[in-house]
Amino acid sequence: MVVFDKPKALADVSMHYCPGCTHGIVHRLVAEVIDELGIEGKTIGVAPVGCSVMAYNYFNCDMIEAAHGRAPAVATGVKRANPSEHIVFTYQGDGDLASIGMAETVHAAARNENITIIFINNAIYGMTGGQMAPTSLPGQVTQTSPYGRDVNHCGYPIRVCEMLSELEGPEYLERVTVNNVKNVNKAKKAIKKAFQNQIDGKGFSLIEVVSTCPTNWGMTPANALKWLDENMLPYYPLGVYKDRSAKEE
Amino acid sequence: MADKVLMKGNEAIAESAIIAGCRHYFGYPITPQTEIAAYMAKRMPKIGGTFLQAESEIAAINMVYGVSSAGYRVMTSSSSPGISLKGEGLSYMAGSDLPALVVNVQRGGPGLGGIQPSQSDYFQATKGGAHGDFKMIVLAPSSVQEMAALTVKGFELADKYRMTAMILADGTMGQMMEPVELDFEVKPSPEKPWATNGTKMQRTHNIVNSLSLVPEELERLNFERFERYAIVERDEVMYEEYLMDDAEICIAAFGIAARVAKNAIVKAREKGIKVGMIRPITLWPFPKAPFKKAAEQVKHIISVELSMGQMIEDVKLASECKVPVTLCNRAGGMIPTPEQVLAHIEDIYSGGAK
Repeated sequence: MVVFDKPKALADVSMHYCPGCTHGIVHRLVAEVIDELGIEGKTIGVAPVGCSVMAYNYFNCDMIEAAHGRAPAVATGVKRANPSEHIVFTYQGDGDLASIGMAETVHAAARNENITIIFINNAIYGMTGGQMAPTSLPGQVTQTSPYGRDVNHCGYPIRVCEMLSELEGPEYLERVTVNNVKNVNKAKKAIKKAFQNQIDGKGFSLIEVVSTCPTNWGMTPANALKWLDENMLPYYPLGVYKDRSAKEE
Repeated sequence: MADKVLMKGNEAIAESAIIAGCRHYFGYPITPQTEIAAYMAKRMPKIGGTFLQAESEIAAINMVYGVSSAGYRVMTSSSSPGISLKGEGLSYMAGSDLPALVVNVQRGGPGLGGIQPSQSDYFQATKGGAHGDFKMIVLAPSSVQEMAALTVKGFELADKYRMTAMILADGTMGQMMEPVELDFEVKPSPEKPWATNGTKMQRTHNIVNSLSLVPEELERLNFERFERYAIVERDEVMYEEYLMDDAEICIAAFGIAARVAKNAIVKAREKGIKVGMIRPITLWPFPKAPFKKAAEQVKHIISVELSMGQMIEDVKLASECKVPVTLCNRAGGMIPTPEQVLAHIEDIYSGGAK
């Protein structure tokens, strides 16, 4: 008897992610949710530019590869092409969503576009080899902040959930992480809600997943989780930042 | 025969797009094409379509990318500076082999330029317009009727070849009013088995993608795409010849410049000067054959343009430099007058032009 199997929505291929990277966990959670909601046949995913650029190979639903930062605009088009039949999600990193694609992110949220966004925040550009991201922490050493991020020189990290929560538009904003089993379960619950909201026509849901990048942080996977706990979570507190329906209920 | 209605060029494009089955429009305000967006904003909600004012030109073209990926007819429109912003999306759409209609109602440039008519985006439209090896089908209307007809044609060609079709108009064509007939027979959108519209658990997943990290593979995709482009060049060239049978001087002009040139040709003919015109309707694929043929017949070719001379390069290539080709132009939002073109013709006729 199989007690632990690959989700059906996850393709049977090996992923290119580094050891200890949390993309694999989050991919799996998204696929489990697609399975449980029975929506694989109507789901269209939009991959970003960044480490998860090849996510289009990892899911069994239809997939689109978008230009850097433009996934929310592409998702808007796919959703509006057939709103009653298409379930649309984007999967984006911090450089994609919070730097080059910030306008697309903010306006999709402001329109309460009925899409689901999975936002991976690991405070660094992974694919290009570890440059400073819009979410890199003050003092964080990266390839393009070799002396540590100097906030007087290049400003402060952006807290996306907090910023978007000021908008009237979005339905649901939650920040989660996947650093332990308890938090993985919480993350899955949030992701499921973000898809269920779309099915129910409630609108824009964004789940920010505070993630690790052991390779570009220059740490072992275990130390990366520790660094996340000690540095990322104090700056990016977990929790629900907006849940319009909960307020109304 | 259908009734004729009086319409602005921009409105004719919008209504014709709806006739062609386009139910999704995304745009961003910019002069002198805003009537298209305004028309769509009024009409689309009434017919179950989508009009959405995007946050930017970049977002608009990416919304187009999304709808096209899902397999539906879709369009956006803009004017010169806005088309530059759409360049990224145009390249990605070419790389993903997605069909769409994009309208450029050109204004003078470069930079913010002005808001008066221009043809100075010819290079941008016909030579690719963004990074990478790619082409767009570029259609150049010269009347409001053609604004309408080429819109329908543009959707059909885009679907047939999985390419972007661009209407390259200008501020004059967009703003002027003329009677139009809108009784088009529209070829329905073909089956799109590649579309990402949900597997319905009945097929393996489709991927719309322009990324290919293996150079041999990316090279193969480029060669295959250009084989398709070669078919477009063979089968889809459109142009009009005007009084070319006995012509000794040939004018090359498209869009509003061709209308101005026609007036000058009539006046030149009254003076006994044998002038004709070749008017490209497709700027890409460029009508090379008629210019090659004309070069065997005429003594001189004049390229009349609302730019510093862009199409003239294609005219020289097509005529293989067998006869002199000179430029008669205005730029920056100015339009040549029939008198200016006539003076240029007379100058050549009397042997004055180099």
